[in-house]
Amino acid sequence: MKFGVVVFPGSNCDHDAYHVISKHVGQPVDFIWHRETDLSGYDALIIPGGFSYGDYLRAGALARFSPVMQSVTEFAAQGKFVFGICNGFQILCEAGLLPGALIRNAGLHFICRHVNIRVENQSTPYTTQVDEGTVLSIPIAHAEGNYVCDDPTYNALEENGQIVFRYCEEDGEITDAANPNGARSNIAGICNLNRNVLGMMPHPERACEELLGSNDGLGIFRSLTAAIRSN
Amino acid sequence: MKAKVFVTLKPGVLDPQGKAIHHSAELLGFENIADIRQGKYFEVEVNGGATEAEARDAAERLAKDVLANPVIEDYKVELED
Repeated sequence: MKFGVVVFPGSNCDHDAYHVISKHVGQPVDFIWHRETDLSGYDALIIPGGFSYGDYLRAGALARFSPVMQSVTEFAAQGKFVFGICNGFQILCEAGLLPGALIRNAGLHFICRHVNIRVENQSTPYTTQVDEGTVLSIPIAHAEGNYVCDDPTYNALEENGQIVFRYCEEDGEITDAANPNGARSNIAGICNLNRNVLGMMPHPERACEELLGSNDGLGIFRSLTAAIRSN
Repeated sequence: MKAKVFVTLKPGVLDPQGKAIHHSAELLGFENIADIRQGKYFEVEVNGGATEAEARDAAERLAKDVLANPVIEDYKVELED
């Protein structure tokens, strides 16, 4: 089993992801520079958070044109796992690997704090080790996390179980007050139809150690590891 | 030849930056401004040898594939000699 963490100019959560995979998941992991195009030998890729290309034009817009992204698209088409976190989620939307887009937070602020998210679908490769309805405490750190999509896209996401995480209260209730950024229907994370590509705004890689306030993110990485084993 | 590309948010897409600017305008005393939507403007210099049709085609493709995200934005291209 081998993980890859894709590094763009301006990525800054690449080391966090690498640390979690190597130390807490206990699996081999490489950094993959964005000019690389050979992804053979990898089972899962993490597109990490940060500010790729300085968020110029739109968050994630320019990273989409990096040489590695054509290979990432082919990698995903083979059914292998692609996990976008924060800026990684934005990049996957810009690249068309996930539907919709992430726009400026409704309140304009950059928000950096722990939020509660509810697991909406346990039957994805990223959530099998976490019970449906479980509330996870995971930090967010973004200014453009407001998920938008048109009605047909939203209805398809809902019908196909592609909404994987929603912002919620501590007890799991989905409320407007628990929505930090104005995202449609409190969406914090979605997957593609095949469920091998996941994007989420919260940072599970920053919630894998009690010392950091929460290890609720571990279940997501353990699920992914189990999925790779059974693939 | 220069192509001007205007990228604007689709109607209905929330524009908190435009709202904040509108709010500032109201604080400045503007009473007759109903709404402000923020967009982007690009000046694209096309190589001299290109015909008008070629320049328009290049600018349109650039706008569609790079400058605008069609999920949330519309674009408009104008050519200038």
